[in-house]
Amino acid sequence: MKLDKDQKKNLYDSMLELIRVTSTQIPEDVQKEVLKALKREKKNTTAKYAMEIIDKNIELAKSKSQPLCQDTGTVLVYVDHPVGFNQGEFTKIFEKAVVDATKKGYLRQNSVDTLTGKNDSMNLGPGHPSIHFHEHKKKSLEVKMMLKGGGCENVGAQYSLPNVALEAGRDLDGVRKVILDAVVKAQGKGCGPGVLGVTIGGDRGSGYIASKEQLLRTLDDKNDIPALKKLEKDIVETSNRLGIGPMGFGGKTTLLGCKISALNRLPASYFVSISYMCWAFRRQGVTLTGKQKISKWLY
Amino acid sequence: MKKLNYPFDEKQIRALKVGDMVMISGKLFTGRDAVHKYLHEGGKSPVNFKNQIIYHCGPVVLEKGGKYEVMAAGPTTSIREEPYQWEVMRDHGIVGVIGKGGMGPKTLEGCRKYGCVYFHAIGGAAQVLAEKIKSVDDVYLKEKFGSPEAIWELTVEDFPVVVTMDSHGGSLHSVVEGESTKALASELKKKKSTAKKK
Ligand code: SF4
Repeated sequence: MKLDKDQKKNLYDSMLELIRVTSTQIPEDVQKEVLKALKREKKNTTAKYAMEIIDKNIELAKSKSQPLCQDTGTVLVYVDHPVGFNQGEFTKIFEKAVVDATKKGYLRQNSVDTLTGKNDSMNLGPGHPSIHFHEHKKKSLEVKMMLKGGGCENVGAQYSLPNVALEAGRDLDGVRKVILDAVVKAQGKGCGPGVLGVTIGGDRGSGYIASKEQLLRTLDDKNDIPALKKLEKDIVETSNRLGIGPMGFGGKTTLLGCKISALNRLPASYFVSISYMCWAFRRQGVTLTGKQKISKWLY
Repeated sequence: MKKLNYPFDEKQIRALKVGDMVMISGKLFTGRDAVHKYLHEGGKSPVNFKNQIIYHCGPVVLEKGGKYEVMAAGPTTSIREEPYQWEVMRDHGIVGVIGKGGMGPKTLEGCRKYGCVYFHAIGGAAQVLAEKIKSVDDVYLKEKFGSPEAIWELTVEDFPVVVTMDSHGGSLHSVVEGESTKALASELKKKKSTAKKK
């Protein structure tokens, strides 16, 4: 399946618009939770103050069409495509959109050559942007993206159970213990209040990848697996009783959400992989028509 | 809400306590990794930092018709400057540091000894904070370090921050960390006892 000239142009325009909207607007489901947090915090506290500034920042970024946060993060892309789709062609067009989005200031010059320390200034290089392709049975093309900043990525964690120091065994109670440990270790450093994406099982690599994919679920989405649904709710409620609060100032809102999945594991391994997303949760997605125009926004 | 107006001095700084919400008006100088390392290695400072505030920030600045305009100016993670910050207090006489995430014991001790506070800005609030910048007055070491790492001299108005480390040994970060660790321990106990009851 090759794209013609018009389709290519449309795909490029659609991807540039997707990047712009992702960088400058917060999805509705996240904004709802931010507003709840703003209401929850007590008057005249630093926590309330932080949430008020966050709320204002969301409005300002949208109205000025400028990045919500200056760390425009790792560009994570999830493509669900039909059979016979040309991944190489998509990648080329998407990369061009990334370069132009950087020139327009929707993305910061944010990708550094790890060995030389050089910033090529256009956000391209090995591993970046990070594009993940999945084939689906539908005829349509769906592209979701997230921008994940460095501050919150740095407080992510992976645990191998059993963990003797935390008395965490290979069961959901042990999983709960290590997730809460990660929340306490993160304090406000990941620009909380945050959202956790967690995956139990898998290997070290697949666990982290799947934990980020959990962040693609809307915050009001309920887990199909009753035990995980219960754990998700419990993690948020318990974390919010720990008093870490927005920015780690102390307060009632430490997490805005928690999403958990499970992968099969080897009998010898039991990993818990945790990705932390900051309040500046930039996630968007589109469905494209055959002409490669945006037909629907997904969040 | 407290106000801190330029010119700053030690007396104003000593009056600030952990948990104070402060609006800063006046001058700020940005400085992050390259600047701190440079000063640490004995580099000559192009500005007199005496009684000034350093802001851990790599702003996005556009040049429009010979004038600079700040597009985004949120704080960056401060802990990277932990090895150097106390020296900049001692040798250059800064009275304030703005950043995010808090800093460690060396900085806290420096704050106490030399009369300095750590202000926490709201991480990620790039647009709100950029709006508080009224003018870009000068830039130093831009050729050497590049735009985000340069020293930008800014005038701000009502720049919102929270004191999380004061000049009397107080640190909100260690308090919250201590209390939340304790709170978690009691949460885990709670679960244990309910589990037993069943
Ligand atoms: S953690 Fe998020 S909000 Fe904080 S600086 Fe990074 S991208 Fe921005």
